[in-house]
Amino acid sequence: MRIATAKESYQLDEALFDSATQRTWAVLLGVALVLYPFLASDYWLYLACLVSIHVASATGLNILTGYTGLVSLGQAAFMGLGAYTVAVLEHYFGTMFLFNLLAGGVVAMLGGIVVGIPSLRVKGLYLAIVTIAASFLAHFLFVNSGFTGGTGGMTVPPAQVFGLALDTSFRIYWLIVPVTVLMVLGAANLFRTRIGRAFIAIRDRDISAEVLGIPLLRYKLLSFGLSSFYAGVAGGLWAYFFRVVTPESFPLIMSIFFLAAIIVGGMGSILGGILGAIFMTMVPEVLRIMVGWLPIEGDTLQYVAPVRTIVFGLLIVGFLIFEPHGLAEVWRRVRRFFHLWPFRN
Amino acid sequence: MDWLFLFEVTLAGIGGGGLYALAGLAFVMIYKATRVVNLAIGEMLMLGAYAFFAFAAGMNWPVPVAIVAAIAVSAVLGGVVERVAIRPMLGESPISVFMVTVGLGSIMVGVVELIWSADQRRLPEFIPNEPIFLGEAFVSPKIFYSFLVAVLLVAVSLAVFRWWRGGVALRATATDQAAAYAMGINVPRVFSLAWILAAALAAVAGIAVGAIGGISSSMGIFGLSVLVVVIVGGLDSVLGALVAGLMIGVLEAWAGAYLGGEYKLLVTFLVLVAVLMVRPYGLFGTQEIERL
Repeated sequence: MRIATAKESYQLDEALFDSATQRTWAVLLGVALVLYPFLASDYWLYLACLVSIHVASATGLNILTGYTGLVSLGQAAFMGLGAYTVAVLEHYFGTMFLFNLLAGGVVAMLGGIVVGIPSLRVKGLYLAIVTIAASFLAHFLFVNSGFTGGTGGMTVPPAQVFGLALDTSFRIYWLIVPVTVLMVLGAANLFRTRIGRAFIAIRDRDISAEVLGIPLLRYKLLSFGLSSFYAGVAGGLWAYFFRVVTPESFPLIMSIFFLAAIIVGGMGSILGGILGAIFMTMVPEVLRIMVGWLPIEGDTLQYVAPVRTIVFGLLIVGFLIFEPHGLAEVWRRVRRFFHLWPFRN
Repeated sequence: MDWLFLFEVTLAGIGGGGLYALAGLAFVMIYKATRVVNLAIGEMLMLGAYAFFAFAAGMNWPVPVAIVAAIAVSAVLGGVVERVAIRPMLGESPISVFMVTVGLGSIMVGVVELIWSADQRRLPEFIPNEPIFLGEAFVSPKIFYSFLVAVLLVAVSLAVFRWWRGGVALRATATDQAAAYAMGINVPRVFSLAWILAAALAAVAGIAVGAIGGISSSMGIFGLSVLVVVIVGGLDSVLGALVAGLMIGVLEAWAGAYLGGEYKLLVTFLVLVAVLMVRPYGLFGTQEIERL
């Protein structure tokens, strides 16, 4: 049972972690994230970095789709913009990695704002289709820009911190995870501010929001910009992590993956974005392991890819039909069970 | 400027556009009746083509029988999909339903890859092979006959909409679900009917597309062009799907011939964005009036 959570001021009520329990868990999570790289094997470190990049990008998409209600199928393209910016900056100018990451975010943000311009006239699914168009445009640019290495793509040198190259999963972990934590905290805090609340108002009813004095164009573009900034930084991290960027690295299916992640996790919930990204990244890995256990003769690996595709689809359909509020809702239910424990069981 | 070449390219484009129009018609049928934006339309085409492949190449059935069987299988699948995955989503936000169809598309691709692997395959040859000349211009026979089939089917569909009881029920449901229900139309059955008919049309389009370009598990990409077609034409307009289908077909052919294959999708999507900026509800779509 949960006790001693009486709030005496609005500030306490609005706080990000509003109870001692939550603060304890947050600290424990932080400690776990610090200890993790010392305990995990290379494979699990690799997965942690990948999950972390996906969390950053999914959180960005959650700002746009979950909180502002603008569906985007272009998140992967914006990640591509970020990744290519990092690659180009490293290749031609060799600037510092933090600057590159920020530049990646800013370039993606500008791209996002341009793509967002139709959002005032075009709504709902039409907008989703426009973002698909944007992702094809981005792909075309990556192939034909001249300085981006064409279909072969570009290689990215490892990020350098005071002469130390971040070239192993263990080292890059210390770049990727802190950046992701910062971005997630930033997003969580965003929805305690005027801007975040404006986004939510637009999601709930955009015309009403405008009547309330929220300039729609500005806030929709802001939402697009923020979301693509997240995608751009995530893409930059992606570039430093995989160290090669090709036009095929960011296909439409990846955008669908992120949309699926926030649906499975729970739209309009920061926790949902995180859970969804973790879940959707881990499921294929778990499947790979499980297919290995199956008593099938011969080469089982050929079944892995199709089964993954099927499970991916089943997860989207299943969650939408049976658990439309996603994993975040499951989490809340579990929490409620413990809060009400001796009284309701 | 080589006018004959332009003419030939345009003819090929119109031929390809016929298939877009057919698939677009299937899409619009579903949208009008159930308000579902079906992103899995490309995958439904693919399933139809693979069903035909299984019957014609795998079991060596005669081609006409295989075509009918493929259409039947596809129609049944359409009905099942509607009943199992789309019906429970009734009343949910359009975005959620849209994502359900995305998931369905993914499932279909996975199933096809599991059974037939992801490799490209060729359908058995069944379209007459003599070259066809319109005046001096050469038209590939496959494209020519596909176009004929598309025109025929579109005409049949339009007639069905106009005169058959089921077609009238479909239009009534599209106009006003509650009123249609009050007049004794079994609206849930109309939903199923729309999906079954659309899946059958998609199967035909899929077989034609497969006969022209071969089949593979990535055939669903065709669905993206169909999506562009219906959005440009207006989601709920049959006329729009037909006009935009031919238009996009011709544009793609021109882009492919004069700019290069990689410009095809780029051009269609640029047209899409341009049309949406000017007419957000498509060329012939109904403008939705928003009320608070």
